[in-house]
This record gives sequence, structure tokens and C-alpha cells, in this order.
Amino acid sequence: MTMNNQGRATSAGSVNENEMPTISGDRGLQHEVSLIFELGRLGMTGVDIPEVQMSDARLGGLRRKGPVGLPGLSEPEVIRHYVRLSQLNYSIDAGLYPLGSCTMKHNPRLNEKMARLPGFADVHPLQPQQTVQGAFEAVSELMKWLTTLTGMPAVAMSPKAGAHGELCGLLTIRAALEARGEKRHKVLVPSSAHGTNPATAAVAGFTVQEIPATEDGHVDADAMEAALGPDVAAIMLTNPNTCGLFEPRIKEMADAVHKAGAYFYCDGANFNAIAGRVRPGDLGVDAMHINLHKTFSTPHGGGGPGAGPVVLSERLAAYAPLPLLVHDGNEFRMIEHADEATDGAKPFGRMCAFHGQMGMFSRALTYMMSHGADGIRQASEDAVLSANYILASLKDVMSAPFGEGPCMHEALFDDSFLEGTGVTTLDFAKAMIDEGYHPMTMYFPLVVHGAMLIEPTESESKESLDRFIHVLRTMALEAKAGQTARFDGAPRLAPRRRLDETAAARKPILRWKPKALPEAAE
Amino acid sequence: MGGRDKPDHDEEKEFEMRYLPLTPDDRTAMLNRIGVDSVDALFRDVPKSAVVARSAFDLPDTQGELAVERQLVKMAAKSKAAGSLPFFCGAGAYKHHVPSAVDHLIQRSEFLTSYTPYQPEIAQGTLQYLFEFQTQVALLTGMEVANASLYDGSTATAEGVLMAQRITKRPKAILSGGLHPHYAETVETVAGLSGTVTRAPVTPGKAEDIIALIDDQTACVVVQSPDVFGLIRNLKPIADAAHARGALLIAVVTEIVSLGLIEPPGAQGADIVAAEGQSLGVGLNFGGPYVGLFATREKFLRNMPGRLCGETTDAAGKRGFVLTLSTREQHIRREKATSNICTNSGLCCLAFTIHLSLLGEEGFLRLARANHARASALADRLANIKGVELVTASFFNEFTLRLPKTAASVVDELAEKGIIAGVPASRLLPHDKDVRDLLIVAVTETNTDEDCDALVHALSGAVA
Repeated sequence: MTMNNQGRATSAGSVNENEMPTISGDRGLQHEVSLIFELGRLGMTGVDIPEVQMSDARLGGLRRKGPVGLPGLSEPEVIRHYVRLSQLNYSIDAGLYPLGSCTMKHNPRLNEKMARLPGFADVHPLQPQQTVQGAFEAVSELMKWLTTLTGMPAVAMSPKAGAHGELCGLLTIRAALEARGEKRHKVLVPSSAHGTNPATAAVAGFTVQEIPATEDGHVDADAMEAALGPDVAAIMLTNPNTCGLFEPRIKEMADAVHKAGAYFYCDGANFNAIAGRVRPGDLGVDAMHINLHKTFSTPHGGGGPGAGPVVLSERLAAYAPLPLLVHDGNEFRMIEHADEATDGAKPFGRMCAFHGQMGMFSRALTYMMSHGADGIRQASEDAVLSANYILASLKDVMSAPFGEGPCMHEALFDDSFLEGTGVTTLDFAKAMIDEGYHPMTMYFPLVVHGAMLIEPTESESKESLDRFIHVLRTMALEAKAGQTARFDGAPRLAPRRRLDETAAARKPILRWKPKALPEAAE
Repeated sequence: MGGRDKPDHDEEKEFEMRYLPLTPDDRTAMLNRIGVDSVDALFRDVPKSAVVARSAFDLPDTQGELAVERQLVKMAAKSKAAGSLPFFCGAGAYKHHVPSAVDHLIQRSEFLTSYTPYQPEIAQGTLQYLFEFQTQVALLTGMEVANASLYDGSTATAEGVLMAQRITKRPKAILSGGLHPHYAETVETVAGLSGTVTRAPVTPGKAEDIIALIDDQTACVVVQSPDVFGLIRNLKPIADAAHARGALLIAVVTEIVSLGLIEPPGAQGADIVAAEGQSLGVGLNFGGPYVGLFATREKFLRNMPGRLCGETTDAAGKRGFVLTLSTREQHIRREKATSNICTNSGLCCLAFTIHLSLLGEEGFLRLARANHARASALADRLANIKGVELVTASFFNEFTLRLPKTAASVVDELAEKGIIAGVPASRLLPHDKDVRDLLIVAVTETNTDEDCDALVHALSGAVA
């Protein structure tokens, strides 16, 4: 079998010879699923909408000429199609999902129920403000939780995801600098940062200077302080950092940043380790986005939607983007235009249409009210305890680059324990799939070779953690003992074997096309 | 809790919470394995002065389901839900009927509680629906390729402008006066950093002469159709003029159902289509989450922002899907990425895709016709009211009326009577005196005859 340098199969292998092929091609509960475009027939529909008479007179001469090309299916056919598709997915409801940096915690169903209350879900962003007071109250409550938990005076609610929050934070900093009459063009970003940090800095019009990590997995505070100067607008720091460690010199770094006239942006992706115990405002943070889909458990939904409100320090609060929610003593009011702003607010602009991710706000608020401040603190402690339990239970057979710990809410390993075994990081991860587990985050953070970042979250029982530890220990020991059979070409038991990503990128097929329609016709 | 003033938990009272599976005995056993005597030891690197007590947070303690539900139900009841009264708001968000199957399917655990499909062997469900979504978006817009969604229509439009600036290496974006003002402001926020943004004058019910504004520094022209007042714009001449000067046309669609009746932007020469997909499957949600649709021509593929799902085969030769062309993205390219976007709008894509699959060709076209027919009928009746004038000669399911008095006050007056008449244009353009009397009215299949009667009756009274 041809392999690329990541140990990924690049040509078709063979299926397990011992397995008798089925007549249907399906295997028990696992079905082969056609594309929706390969199903259905003309004229069929799964929704009853009566035909109406209409004239073309008001279409500006631009009536659609051809068909769209959509398949027609009845409701049962559509339901079967998507139910079968769902069965090809791993999920947190079905098993431990130890993706480091992603915080795959339990998604309570009460949150789903509350988000669907008509007063939150079936309201329009532009209906008269006096008719959406309930929705405003929910947003306001969430703002109170976020500012109290972080010890920050203000929060911008409109950013739609973590990276959007980062952009909001940097644009707020930009506006504050402009108000000071300063142009600073540089943002300092540690080498261990999430890729979104440097990408966001570039979109916000800054140049990026990378700050190295120290041998022990922290940001090199001395290098950071040395890089500070009159051209530095901000540092972007993740704390706890992506190696799963709290930055012990964080206050000292914040002081140095402020002394140099710059701002301290904190990537709040790892807030789940410290929520209810440490307030970022006390650490000197000026702006921090909070991934509601991580710490506050709005469902990841296969990659979104998320929400990334940004808490702001006193120094930045005035520059928060539109819209602004205020309470005038009687009712809530949404300020949607800069010149209506009160109390010295100087909003830098607008991040998106309307007011933000209400559907995520109601879920996060439900989560917070359910946990309470004491429960949020306990959740953070359990998340940190569970990660340390994994680190302590695996460090003798897997390799932990930063030693004995303790870690925060995620345990980092590297691939040096696999050296000489012929098993790659990718093989190891894919073999976990056959064991019924989603792999951990791999090859991130970049500062560690063959990184494997495990974040168990607070949602796992000790029995579940013990079983996971047993499986990983056994795998590590087998690899080291030269028993590599289960790693070769894994996974074997998933709906698909390894997929050819090289071919996918070389000749991209990004949509279905009818067979009769050759590509040249496009 | 007696221990609130201490950073440690009160040893006397063990904390219990339904979502946390570890028992006190478990915690003790785990601490023993780790070799520390308290969880505080694990927070060794946190400066002592930064650790705060429970009492530092003026927030309530944990509560059971019933208590939380009671409070939130009460809170939500203070809003007037769109489905509970005659409702005619649009201007970028539309109330449509979402079939029950959609919400059931998107709440399946395997869709709801999975992550971004980075392990394709156990994420074919997500990947295949993204592939279906991309195909549907390409078909609807008449474009060659579509991505796996962006946050919403407004951010998709801003990403489109950044993409046009990258492709043409030119700074200037020209925005039509008919572009939703929130979209224009969103574009200004990001594209104003990398270039310049020019907004054409607002001309309700008419197309401005945007072609005259195109010059050799123009990266793109951004035109919404139907525009924010509902007017259907003819894109072809603008596309031709833009192309003649080496600029791109970005077509914006905020009501995706309109493409069941109107010629798609791809057939009118658009280079990039940025659209809001909220109308299908997603619902109003007070403005979010929504789903940004983004489509373009194949030749611009590698300049596209956002995730892409592609077809491939697995080691056994079976068809499968993966995220692809990720060398454009931030986790590989960092500061050189095409966009800083990481998250897409996954579950909203799924809702969109299932709704559109249920509709199918026949259902989608009928839905579009039903919307237009209802809107046309109501527009005629409202324009018959003395002093009320229909401003938009062409429209899909949304039109603009000129009232004999300030639209905002009429909307407030009707809201008192339990009718949400539409969006006053001044809500979006408060500084434009010419739009003060304009009311933007959206009509969909969800508006009953009784709703329409109520609006006609109430508006007649309000302007009399």
C-alpha cells in the first residue's frame, strides 16, 4: 500500500478478507447511503403546498427560466435518508470525545427546550423593541453572568463564533488606539496559539510577530517582554494555554503589556479550566472572547453554529461594536446606530447584521442557571481533575512532554513513545476509532512534535475514564511491544476506511453533478 | 453554603449536580492516583491572589430543571412571538413554515453533539450533508461551487468583498444603496481595513446608477436582489460593466426562497453570491444563528473562504467525503489564510438541507409562487388605501409602501393593536429623511387571509 508521509493510505487497500460481503452492501445497523440527488423523482414533494395562480407582471422581467435541479422525495424518504446519515457519525452523546481545545462536554437537553420557547426563537430581530422584552432580558441576564464570571465590566454580544470574537476584540483595540491618536501595527502571538489568532490579526490589519515557547510549554515571557515596543498594539494569549498549562507569569506579562501602552487580548477557548475560580479581569485581561459552544455547552452541531461574545475591560468598553443593549429603568432598548449611543460609548462599527446568536444565548443562559456559580466552579474543578487523572494514568506508557504535571483541563502527550514502533500518531489515533473512541486532537499545538491533546471534560464518570485509560494503555503497550496489527490501516470497523485526502484536494469534487452532464458542459 | 468565603469547598457538604458524574469518592480516588491531596494543588500555577471565593460572584447557586424552566418560560413570555399574531417583518429575516421533520432530525444526537468532521471515517453523516448542502447552494444560485457555509448573509457578504480584493488586487468596493444597511456596515467594518468602501445613494423603488461609479480601482460591485426595499434588480448589465473594467459582481440574496421564481445570480453574470439561508429550516431566532451561503465560479475556488467538503474514496474503494483544500484555512496557513473563520454554521446547514430536500423541486417552486402571489395580492390591497403608495414596482415577497405619515409611529401604533406591520425603513436608515415614511412589508405562506385582512383594516385606520 502506498503511504504518504503522514502514514495515510493514498491508494485503495483491501477489505478484511474474513468478512463475508452482504448482498445489500449494508452491514447491520450501518447502511450505505446514496446522495439525496440520486434518490427521488420528478413531481414528488415532502411538503404539501397548494398550487396558486400568479402573474409575471411584477418580476421585473426576471422570472427564472430553467429548473433548479432538486430531487423530489416524500417525507418518509427524507427522514430515512437523514436518519441513516446520522448513524454514520460519532457524537458526545454516544461516547467520550476527548478533542483537546474543543471542550466536548455534555449538551443538556433542557437547553434545547428553552432555546425553542417562542419568545426566544420565534421573534424577529427587527420587530418593535417593546415586543421583544423577554428576549432582551435573556440577553441581559447572560451578559450579567459573563461579566460577573470574568470580572470584566462590559461584553460585546454580537460576534458569531470564537474567531469572530477575536476579530471584534482586535477591532476594539484598534479603535481605542485610534482614539489615543496612535497607530500601532504589530500583534504578538505565541507559537502555540490557535491558528485563528494570527489569521485574525492579519484580517484586522496588523502584522504578526511570533513569540516562542519555553522548554516547559509556557509562553516565553522574557521574549514577549523584549518584543514589546511603541509599535505593538496587543498580545494575543491563550490562558490556560494550548499545552494545557496555566501561564504562571501572566500578571507580570499583563503589567508589561500595559506599561508598553499595548492591550492584552486573551483567547478564552480554555476558560472551562478556570471558570468560577479565576476571573480573567483580575489577571489584567483587556478583551477575551468566550466560546459559548465550549465552556457553556451550546452544541457543536457538526461544526457550528457557535457564539463568541467578547468581554472588555474598562479601557476598551467604550469602543464595543453595535448594537448595544441598555436598560432605561423601565424597559430594555437596543441601540443600533452610533449616534444614539449614550454614556460616552463610541462603537467602532458593526460585526454582523442584527444582534448576535440568540439561539446560542438562550442555551448558554440555561446552562449557567442550571449549574449556578457553584456548579460552574465544580465543573471546572472536575474537568481539571479528570485531565490530571488521565495524565497521571498514562504518563508512564505515553510520553508527556512537560513532565509530571499538573496540567489544567487537558493533558498533552507527544509521539516520542511511538518512536521506533512503526506506528505513527495518525495510526494510533485511527486505531482508537476501532475501540469506539473519537481520537484526541492531533498535531496541535504545533510546538510539540506529534502532539496528542486529550480533553476529557467534566462530563465523564470515573468508570468511563478508567475504561478509556485502559484502552489507551493497552494500545501504547502493544505498540511498544511490536504488536502493531491493530494499527495497520486502522480503522477497520468504522463506516469508512481511511479516506484519500490527497486525491480529494488534487482534483476537487465539491458538488454532485448528474451523470448525463459532462463537466465540459459547465 | 457555609464555605463560600473560602476558596476550598466546604468538606461537610458535598456538591451534587445532575450533569456532573463524579462522586466524592471518585474525586478522592482520582486525587490519590494523581498524588495530591486536594484539587487546589492542581491549580498550582495560578497566582494565589487571582483565585477568588464563591462569594466573589453575585450569582445564584445550582438549580434543578423545573426551577430553571419556570424562570425562562416566564421570561420568554414577555416577548410577542411572530407566530402568535399577524406578522409582516422581513428586511433580511423571514418567517416561513418549517416542516416538523426538520427540527426532529437536527436534534438527533449524532448531528447535534458531534464536532467538526476532522475524523472523516466516523463523520460521514456530517460530511455527506455538507456535500449535499454545497450542491443545493450551487444549484439555487446558479454557480459552479459553494462552500460549507459561513456565519450568516452579512458576514458572507463581507468575506465576498475581501475575496474580491484578493483576486483583483484592487482596494475599492462599491455597495449598492439597496444593500441591507446592516450588511453594508458589516462590510465597512472589515473591508474598510484592507481597502475602501463606497456606498451608492439610497433610491427606494429605483435602481441607482451604480455602473457610473465603477473605475479601474474597483475590486467589486455589491448588489442585493431583491434589494432591501424588495425591488428586483437586473444584475446582467452591472455584471457586464464590472467585467469590462476588470471588477467582480457580488450578488447578495437575503431571501433565498426568491430564487424559486427569479433568475439566479449565476445566470445573470455574478462572480460571487453571498446569501442568507435562514428562510429554509432555520427560523427567526431573533437574528441568529443563521446560515451564510457562499458560492462562486470554479476559477476562484482557491480564493474562497470557509470550509469545503469534497468527494473521495476510502482505502476499500468506497465513496466518501472529507474536508478539503484546507491549505487555504487558518489552522494550516495561520496569518496567510484566506480568512480567519474556523466555525461554520453546521447544524443550520443541515436544517437548510433537510427543508430543501423535503420541498424538492416541485415544493420549492410552489413555495416561491405562493409567496409571490400572497404578497402581490396584499400589496394591491394596501396600495388601495388612500394616501398609501406602493414604491416597489417589482418584488418577490416583500415590498415597500410610502405612508402619509411616519412609518415608525404607524408600526408602534399597530403593535399596540397586536399587529406587527413590517419594518419601518428608518429603523435601518435613521439619518435618511427621505425614508421616514417608508414601510417594508414581507408576506409569506405563513400569513393567513385573516392576517392580511387585519393589516389592511388597521393600516387604513392608522393613516386615515
